[in-house]
Amino acid sequence: MTLLDFIQVILYFSLLIGLTPILGNYMFKVFSGHNHIMKPVFGWLEKLTYRFIGTNPDEETNWKSYFFALLAFNFIGFIFLFLIQLFQAYLPINPTHLGNVSWHSAFNTAVSFVTNTNWQGYAGETTLSYFVQMIGLTVQNFVSAATGIAVLLVIIRGISRKTTDKLGNFWTDLTRSILYVLLPLSILFSVVLVGQGVVQNFKTYETVQTLQGAEQVIPMGPAASQIAIKQLGTNGGGFFNTNSAHPFENPTPISNFLEMLLILLIPAALTFTYGKMVGSVRQGWTVFSAMLILLVAGLSISLYAEYSSNPVFGHLSLMEGKETRFGITNSVLWSTSTTAASNGSVNVMHDSLSPLAGMVAMLNIMLGEVIFGGVGAGLYGMIIFIILTVFIAGLMVGRTPEYLGKKIEAFEVQMAIIAILAPSVVILLFSAWASVSSYGLSSLNNAGAHGFSEILYAFSSAAGNNGSAFAGLNANTVFYNLTLGLGMLIGRFGVIIPVLAIAGSMAKKKTIPPSAGTFQTDNWLFVGLLIAVILILGGLTFFPALSLGPVIEHLLMNNGITF
Amino acid sequence: MKTIIISLKIFLFFTVLTGIIYPLLVTGVAQALFPTKANGSMVNRDNKNIGSELIGQQFDSTIYFTPRPSAISYNPLPSGGSNYGLTNSKLKQLVGERKKHFIEFNQLDSLTEIPDEMLFASASGLDPHISKQSALLQVNRIANARNFGVAQKQQLIACINRLTEKPQILVLGEERLNVLLLNLELDKLK
Repeated sequence: MTLLDFIQVILYFSLLIGLTPILGNYMFKVFSGHNHIMKPVFGWLEKLTYRFIGTNPDEETNWKSYFFALLAFNFIGFIFLFLIQLFQAYLPINPTHLGNVSWHSAFNTAVSFVTNTNWQGYAGETTLSYFVQMIGLTVQNFVSAATGIAVLLVIIRGISRKTTDKLGNFWTDLTRSILYVLLPLSILFSVVLVGQGVVQNFKTYETVQTLQGAEQVIPMGPAASQIAIKQLGTNGGGFFNTNSAHPFENPTPISNFLEMLLILLIPAALTFTYGKMVGSVRQGWTVFSAMLILLVAGLSISLYAEYSSNPVFGHLSLMEGKETRFGITNSVLWSTSTTAASNGSVNVMHDSLSPLAGMVAMLNIMLGEVIFGGVGAGLYGMIIFIILTVFIAGLMVGRTPEYLGKKIEAFEVQMAIIAILAPSVVILLFSAWASVSSYGLSSLNNAGAHGFSEILYAFSSAAGNNGSAFAGLNANTVFYNLTLGLGMLIGRFGVIIPVLAIAGSMAKKKTIPPSAGTFQTDNWLFVGLLIAVILILGGLTFFPALSLGPVIEHLLMNNGITF
Repeated sequence: MKTIIISLKIFLFFTVLTGIIYPLLVTGVAQALFPTKANGSMVNRDNKNIGSELIGQQFDSTIYFTPRPSAISYNPLPSGGSNYGLTNSKLKQLVGERKKHFIEFNQLDSLTEIPDEMLFASASGLDPHISKQSALLQVNRIANARNFGVAQKQQLIACINRLTEKPQILVLGEERLNVLLLNLELDKLK
């Protein structure tokens, strides 16, 4: 690594840390219903929304009604997205005349975008019309991210309120997230991205005669408007097949830096919002620190792996699957950030990363997408780990565990365990199934240990609602489209339901004032414990699987063995 | 039932807002502020678009600078990388072949160190850039193929220096050279 590489990494983290309190404080105002700078701009639109749907924004419900509203809304989104893909050829804004999408691919993509996974089983430029990209995918990019924020708000209210069953209004939370957070930032950044060269038009694909006299068809489309929200909302589904490696999706180092910053921007800022909402900014920074330490640790391992020489390629820089304008550092910084946050957009082909860098990407997902994680989803996942940490610490000192004045009892711990087990079961069982079946193995692009990694990565990505891939795996088959789709649903709702249940249970409890014996949850000791719990749980669950994939591949590569 | 009706209504509302109004608004602003970029940064010669500045093209003739290897031969429908892992023997074999070809094609000494990006395929398959070093290694071969004299060769090297893009705002990204723009300049040297 050169000095310039280090400067870029430091610049990235400085901006992330600097923007966290600013955006976090703004979101606190938005979600607490206070006045804020966007109110004069979009306040009328908020009122219009409530009038159009006919609800009272201040009328709150219990967690079950809240969940029913969330589920109904997501289900309608799924049906709509599924249908417009099936009948794409008959719908407008399809200048390239793309045909209907197969039922299993349409199912997979619909589930994927509704669950904020945004796995790309399809190639955007040859599969989906502008109509589907805009009215189907862009919309889900907004609402699935807003759904994540809504669930987070419920668990925060569960912690901070006492003796109530009222946990908020889903429509209000959804509306505020979109109008005041996601939409303004998306408008701003999509225009900036066009300024760097991202395309934004409704033209038909342009056929040109190249300098050498060959024919080249250049795809077009309203890309920038989708890319801004795909980065901001930890969605990650690209407009083009190669996502943010495509020069039209990410043309310059500046666009790359911004897109990379947007990946972590909202998840990081939400930790500050969390601190403000539970009445202690320190609690927010504690969570932020644990996340940042895990991210930097992963990044260091990845950079080390990518800059090491190996017997297969000697001292060559490993540029396979990387773009010249980004180089190795920006590629690895992206691969680490996008998997830590459940974004899943890529500017480098993860399949061609060195085995250890690929393993870090996979492990970031397997740890439960809590290293900043998805918008809303990362933090509510982290709260699950906090509950578990407090519980384990309580066992060690022999006191009833409590967190922010709320007793943690059997029900909360049971729910936390379900939320942690649900995605893990998907990853391990489905990977096992795929790696012993002919229909699972026939999709592989690489042999040996790396082939197994392709499968393991796919199911991790689905269950973690990440969406990135070891893209050599041909996942556009009936088997993978269906199993991955199912995995995404379990990974999403298998966590949301327990989280909401915990919120409901905690809201009913009294708040106990802190005493001398209260276990502190806002100091470095707690940061260390939290990290240890995350790593031990993740390690115990996934070490055997990882050792069959990236670990053994790393050892073989270091002995110069190829397949 | 009430919940379902509200769901339908709010879904409709946000579909119109974020799926129609938002992309149209961005398109309007983008087309007004950055018309060339919003429409694909097309490169024009003799009143005809000959490609996009951002999308790499295939060059294999001796009279042009050649780009990076591409898993899709620079056919953008769809974009793609090789997705070969590092322990894939096909990748190892390809790297060896590319090295040999680059040396023979450019009439270089067999011990010349070839810049890494010329041995590995890009992520998008459409990478428009190569390193400055890769361009300089091709100068002699192009000068021979085009029967350039010493003066023209000097001009070509000056051209490479002029077109080399530095990291943005001094620190971001890598130094690089756009192959299509370079080849266009090359055609102007008569």
